[in-house]
Amino acid sequence: MSLAERVPRFDHGSRVPGWDEAVDLTKDPATVPDLANTPVPAELKDTILAAMAKYPDRRSAAIPALHAAQDIHGWCSPEAIEQVAAVMQLTPAYLTSVATFYDMFSTVPKPRHDVYVCTNISCSLRGADEFYEAMLAAAAGSAEVSVRSFECLGACDIAPMASVDGEYVGPLTDEDADQIVADLEAGRSVLEHKQLRYRRSADPGVAQGARDFSPPASDEAPRAGTAGLSPHGEPDRPGPSAPIETPTDENEDDDA
Amino acid sequence: MKILFEGIDEPGLNTLEVYQRRGGYEGLRRALQMPGEDVLSNIMDSGIRGRGGAGFQMGKKASFLPHGDIDKYLVCNADESEPGTFKDRELMQKSPHMLIEGIIISTYCTEISRAFIYIRGEYSHQADILQAAIAEAAAAGYLGESILGSDHSLSLVLHRGAGAYICGEETGLLDSLEGKRGNPRLKPPFPAIEGLYHGPTLINNVETLATVPHIIRMGGEEYAKLGTETSTGTKLVSVSGDVQRPGNYEIELGTPSREIIFDLAGGTFEGRRIKFWFPGGSSSPVLTEDDLDLPYDFDTMAKAGSMLGSGAIIVVDDSHTVVEVAYKLAKFYAHESCGKCVPCREGTNWTQKMLERISSGEATPMDLDIIASVQEQIIGNCLCVLGDAMAMPIGSLVEKFRPELEAEIEAARARANAASLKDVVAVGVADEHAGPTG
Repeated sequence: MSLAERVPRFDHGSRVPGWDEAVDLTKDPATVPDLANTPVPAELKDTILAAMAKYPDRRSAAIPALHAAQDIHGWCSPEAIEQVAAVMQLTPAYLTSVATFYDMFSTVPKPRHDVYVCTNISCSLRGADEFYEAMLAAAAGSAEVSVRSFECLGACDIAPMASVDGEYVGPLTDEDADQIVADLEAGRSVLEHKQLRYRRSADPGVAQGARDFSPPASDEAPRAGTAGLSPHGEPDRPGPSAPIETPTDENEDDDA
Repeated sequence: MKILFEGIDEPGLNTLEVYQRRGGYEGLRRALQMPGEDVLSNIMDSGIRGRGGAGFQMGKKASFLPHGDIDKYLVCNADESEPGTFKDRELMQKSPHMLIEGIIISTYCTEISRAFIYIRGEYSHQADILQAAIAEAAAAGYLGESILGSDHSLSLVLHRGAGAYICGEETGLLDSLEGKRGNPRLKPPFPAIEGLYHGPTLINNVETLATVPHIIRMGGEEYAKLGTETSTGTKLVSVSGDVQRPGNYEIELGTPSREIIFDLAGGTFEGRRIKFWFPGGSSSPVLTEDDLDLPYDFDTMAKAGSMLGSGAIIVVDDSHTVVEVAYKLAKFYAHESCGKCVPCREGTNWTQKMLERISSGEATPMDLDIIASVQEQIIGNCLCVLGDAMAMPIGSLVEKFRPELEAEIEAARARANAASLKDVVAVGVADEHAGPTG
């Protein structure tokens, strides 16, 4: 077999799959949609206009606008892109180029809940690849949960970890995968005892320094694990603190 | 010595009330009473070097900005995505006002009236906290027109990204903030001359900006007494990987690396030895056990052939193979390459494929030479350093662990051969001319 035969070609004659996925070659390029003829949910329109007002150049609001559109439509559908384009007065092609660049935007339909499993170095050293497999298996039966392996999410202190609809949880064991799916389906707070927001600093000097400060006046007893507070000073919800030291039995699992 | 992390776990520190009770915004009050040049010279005197990765002196960078009444911008780089780095996350979540105060002081001394915080899209909890803190600060008169009665005005906008490693690169970040795909730009002109919306732009990391109020509070010269002569101050170090207590630790620069990895982070698990470690995130060339006694500062790490980078130590112990780690690295950078420059786009992709060949038993030791030469061709040949960020650690792994890699190649080939022979034995050789792979 010659080399040319071994390298597959696709129907369109190219060796690169999907280069034409974003376009319908039979159509003329889409122009900037007219806002008057494009139905846009009022809430989405207000959010985008507010975002555009924050920047010297309206195009800067492209990412916030796409976030808002994805929140409403579930994914960056052609309809969603059209609506954003109408409000921002940009071409749909411009917004599609932005949406396809960033990992958090989906230009294909996706389930409602996102589970990003970090499989980068620090997490994979501690068993993230195994957890990812377990998570895939756990979510296989659910139409509501999408599982993706994600690049470093910036929480290597709780490795292996995952971001469940934006909530960071870890360190995870394979058993937690089922719990995550169950919590998501029940609409509960996910793995509350493993949420990053309640975790205290690992630095021993921090705990020593903390004694020098008086507790807030409204507090009778220092609360454990309220490092992540709501803007008003109350804990977002009562949750136990994750331990600073990783339990030893988990360490053994990680090594295996 | 704790500066940034002093009492960081105090409940409610993310609120203005607690932050002010702890002496917050005192640095700003003091700065606003000084002429802007004095504030800048304090930052210069402190010798603080950028905490985001490049280690460029913040004062020097700020002094490059042209003076006068032109549209200038400050952008806080909170797109912390270097694998192994998570210091800014903890800082922003627990003490957002420290960052805001640092931004206000930095804009005051550079006469900037618009600032942006570009936070990575994945940090949604931290973004909510920052947004609330900005609203609180604005309500208290720390943001907006004539701050605390001075003639300094500032609008601060929080901008959420949407998941792209390349947006941590300063010019990629600027493009992304302008609402485009996050492709890096050709430098020069550097952002200090022409950056966001073509205006002069000062870009600094979260940790650098959060240190500014403390520099003003302590005085630049006093701050410079901390750390070593050329690496002043304290640094948040994110330790992760095969250590018992991964987490963020604030250390004085120049602390022996062994002390950070073993005394603070608890060292490796029982019975394990350190095979190699990344001193500054996954983009830094690896160091080995022999380098553990080196002081952890910018210059020593550079002299040892690596870099301090973002201050993220990743420890890899002897239960992992070199190929496994190298493959993870290459796969990450191949995924995150924006595709603008050919050496990076192709180099990361082919490095990943060549490392796959090692695991599948198709590689020969000659592949190691090809891998090494690909890395050499990436370094310095692209608009930004994403390609270099893969080429440096992979190049160092091939250089330092060549015998082990060769052994892994042989072992994988033996495994592949055994597996294919097993199939032949199971089926039986139907055609005596057929080779083991059919």
